[in-house]
Amino acid sequence: MKRALMGSLSAIALTAMTTGVMADGHSGPIKIGVLATLEGTYTVLGEDGVRGLNTALIGAGNKAGGREIELIIQSTDTSPDSALRGARKLVEQDGVEIVIGPLSGSEGIAIRDYSKTAPGVTFINGASGAMETTYVTPSDNFFRFNTDGAQWSVGLGDYVFNEKGWETVATVGEDYSFVYTQIFGFAKDFCEAGGEITERLWVPLGTKDFGSIIAALPDDVDAIYLGLGGGDAVNFLNQYQQAGGDANLIGGTIMVDGTVLSSEGNAKQALIGTPSSGPQADTWDNENWQTFVKSYQDAFPPDQRFPSPSLLATTYYNATSAMLQCMDDVGGDLTDGQANFRNCLTNLELEAPTGTITLDENRQAVASNFVSEVVELEDGTLANAMISKVDNVSQTLGLEKAAFDAMGLPSRENPECKTSY
Amino acid sequence: MRRYANAHPIWTGIIAIAVVILLWLIFAVWPPGLVDVIGRKKVFLSALFNGITLGGLYFLVASGFTLIFGLMRNVNLAHGTLYLLGGYVGFHAANITGYWLLAFPVAFVVVGICGVLLQVLVFRRMEGEDLRQTLVTIGISIVMADLMLWGFGGDFINISPPSWLSGPVETFFVTAERRNGDLVYLKYPVVRIVIFVAAVVLGVAMWLALNKTRIGMMIRAGVDDRDMLSATGARIQIVFVGVFAFGAGLAGIAGVVGGTFQSIAPGEDIRFLLASLVVVIVGGMGSIPGAALGALLIGLAEQFGSVYFPTYAVVLTFLIMVVVLAFRPQGLLGQSG
Repeated sequence: MKRALMGSLSAIALTAMTTGVMADGHSGPIKIGVLATLEGTYTVLGEDGVRGLNTALIGAGNKAGGREIELIIQSTDTSPDSALRGARKLVEQDGVEIVIGPLSGSEGIAIRDYSKTAPGVTFINGASGAMETTYVTPSDNFFRFNTDGAQWSVGLGDYVFNEKGWETVATVGEDYSFVYTQIFGFAKDFCEAGGEITERLWVPLGTKDFGSIIAALPDDVDAIYLGLGGGDAVNFLNQYQQAGGDANLIGGTIMVDGTVLSSEGNAKQALIGTPSSGPQADTWDNENWQTFVKSYQDAFPPDQRFPSPSLLATTYYNATSAMLQCMDDVGGDLTDGQANFRNCLTNLELEAPTGTITLDENRQAVASNFVSEVVELEDGTLANAMISKVDNVSQTLGLEKAAFDAMGLPSRENPECKTSY
Repeated sequence: MRRYANAHPIWTGIIAIAVVILLWLIFAVWPPGLVDVIGRKKVFLSALFNGITLGGLYFLVASGFTLIFGLMRNVNLAHGTLYLLGGYVGFHAANITGYWLLAFPVAFVVVGICGVLLQVLVFRRMEGEDLRQTLVTIGISIVMADLMLWGFGGDFINISPPSWLSGPVETFFVTAERRNGDLVYLKYPVVRIVIFVAAVVLGVAMWLALNKTRIGMMIRAGVDDRDMLSATGARIQIVFVGVFAFGAGLAGIAGVVGGTFQSIAPGEDIRFLLASLVVVIVGGMGSIPGAALGALLIGLAEQFGSVYFPTYAVVLTFLIMVVVLAFRPQGLLGQSG
């Protein structure tokens, strides 16, 4: 009896499996995997990324190219191996056809490498912003609709040097690829304008006690650049305030993002007036942007979201929108190794809330960048007020490829501070 | 101390010289040559004091852990969970009442009750079964972590200290001399000083309670030989419950402290479980002075590492653990056997 039961169960399992395989690539529900940092230092960032993704899916009625979307969300913790494990699970166990994510810089590099071993699946980056991900040995099936950390820094160095008059800067950053890339972009701008970076301090991602780092900050500089994010940023600000710090601050992109500006406690007040840059500015009066903010706010009750979408929500939203548009374009057809779908992504001109986004030959975004400053709004919340916008920022930051390659790849000490590159 | 000096004259000499050098480093105005080699004095002093205050926090968490282990041989891998729960409870207590100080008793009592429940419902049922206890407490910590994520959210929570505690205070330690002869004094966050003093007071009180009171005597007797103690008529189960509640309550208080000068978020439970494991392995399982010494070493290693060799800061902690395990497997102040 037991054996018969087991037999019929396996038969059912087998049929379920074969129908699952049959559904692939033609019709029926489409499985989409999501990688987001829902654990560790960047938990809040990952959560808002998923909200951005859901905002896009709600807008599309949870259908892509006429096919119902079956979403599988996989948590990571900013470490490359957690992203790799997550991607393997999504692709090999759940059998997803498209992966959206990951969120953090070094995860992106790991997923680019993994995507080469899974040519049947299309990977659309969520928010990760290390330069190498698309610039060094790019992968054919890895697409990135967000600009990278260096592109996010465009315009900031020039602004703080010429408008704020800050000529010497020391940097503090988390010790990993994304922050290297951010300071790479900042240094190019700032040093070209005539500024000098006197010292670069690095802390491990996930540092809780910044007491000694704060004491080690030099007193004789005009401003301090902070390349921290999530919990690290909140901890730093909290302890910075306790230590009575009062230097001018310059924010890295996720240092002054909604994820930090909405945190509990009053540590974030130290950020008011801090200039920063990134792929969005919260107070931009553009119609598309305001529509997106509205649909984000409508999609979730006020206590389960930020007052306005963080850049993680926006980048995941953009990645999902690109996927939805191209799925509609090919009518949900992912046969032939997803050739039509990928072709569409490559040539897509995405009308995103943050302006038009196109891809270069490495499938890396070329888009607008915003310089902003933290202000307190009337309702007491903090937001990034728009200062200026730079259009068509390419991954080589406006340099010829040869000149850009001569700068080398972002690292702790690279690039040197020079007046021309 | 004299006995130690007679038995190990060379070691005593080395220790004395180290102490003198340390005192000189702390109080003297550094000559420029030294500043060129190891950086400004302000950085060194801050790292030293931050290491000590961080050690204070680690001590609060680890002393409960080591007390529970020492007396009951319970490996409570849900100890980090108690820390995190204390932080959340303290945050809401401070928010609702508006008094930061009130967060401490509330966290102590609530988390202490959780400790009692753990002891009565879980550990008493599997006394002496190490493996089962370990697995069950890992399970509990995972379930609780998810429940807390559900109940309190995934945000970074920061308990704001009252205004008289925020900001820095000028200490009497000289960090540098200006060209005109003025001395520059070290500024240090008040909240960290208060936390350190509280940890010292608590540590001394615990040592006194263990060594000078009747209950302490019972606990120490229980650590040495549980069966003999119960044979003498001591109501050992009540002692167990009391110690567990106290150890858990300490973890709860540590959660409030951690939430005040760092932050509370999902994942902190694992970090502090790991920290207290390292601390008690270095210091010696079951020893309160050992926990203090281990916490101090780990705190200093983390802070000096973060300033002087940031790349290897994380490794340093575990290096200390490896060295201790290699040369003194019972821990620095642990008893062998």
